[in-house]
Amino acid sequence: MLWIAQRASAAVLALCVAVHLAMIIYAVQGGLTAAEILERTRGNAGWLAFYSVFVLAVTIHAPIGLRSVFAEWLGWRGRSRDVVLSLFALLIAWMGMRAALGVFA
Amino acid sequence: MKVFVKRNSGFQEFEVPRHPSQTVLDVVTYIQRSLDPTLAYRYACRVGMCGSCAMTVNGVPRWTCRTHVDRVVRNDALEVGPLKNLPVIRDLVTDMREFFDKWARARGQFAGERTKRDDFHKVKPSSSDRVQVDSNIECIGCGVCYAACDVVAWNPDYLGPAALNRAWTLVKDERDSLKTERLRAVAGDAGCHSCHTHMSCTERCPKHLSPTAGIAGLKREITKAVVRGKF
Repeated sequence: MLWIAQRASAAVLALCVAVHLAMIIYAVQGGLTAAEILERTRGNAGWLAFYSVFVLAVTIHAPIGLRSVFAEWLGWRGRSRDVVLSLFALLIAWMGMRAALGVFA
Repeated sequence: MKVFVKRNSGFQEFEVPRHPSQTVLDVVTYIQRSLDPTLAYRYACRVGMCGSCAMTVNGVPRWTCRTHVDRVVRNDALEVGPLKNLPVIRDLVTDMREFFDKWARARGQFAGERTKRDDFHKVKPSSSDRVQVDSNIECIGCGVCYAACDVVAWNPDYLGPAALNRAWTLVKDERDSLKTERLRAVAGDAGCHSCHTHMSCTERCPKHLSPTAGIAGLKREITKAVVRGKF
């Protein structure tokens, strides 16, 4: 059920986005440099797990939302839309995991 | 006052005298009887029971018989058109077939199990399910919610607030025997899951029902059925 997946991923994202934003504000206020940030994230399995969950939630949430936007705003329905959105989901997953792994290893 | 009436050829302007307690239906009737007998419009009861006189008044879907001119007139002018989201037959008359066909697609027919040989099914008026049915049951099928709904405008397959509200009152009816089939009929892109909860239907319903609450209830029931593996 796409609707349930959309709602469940939204609930996960609400938490993830809050933690992510809080961390950005913390890092900026503390005056951490990129090197210092990397020092903390490298090899930290907790942050890798957190950002993997974040990426997975975005991968589920964004294409389902776009599915309705395309249908209602552009009148684009059917298989071609769903194939393109599946590819878009893969793109998000690849880019997101690349970034998450980038700061881990 | 000036009244701009949507005809098949475009808006036509009429000059109509104001009266105390005048309704928009009075205005349209005056135009048809005194100014232009070719104007087509639809009404029956004139007292807010039948729901057949619904039109777009100054951009808002309303029962014209229950709308006083004083409440809606702007700069001594009124604009009257047919309901939106429905094909126009002529002037202010819309074709309601698709609207009612969607009630059938949402499985809007009651399906009981008892026969005339059985005793009455006694429903406790205070039961939680019946209270929810009661709050949404008084729909008279006027189409105002359907005309007000953005999702119907964007997605012509969408069943619409009235049909989904009807399905909700049957899902919550303990005498009904088609629960899972009903939930299947109202799930997915054409059904309750397309509702964006804009609440235009609830805002405009002349009976002050909340189809939005019913649609949210359907989403809840479907989620429960999925979790229990009954969907």
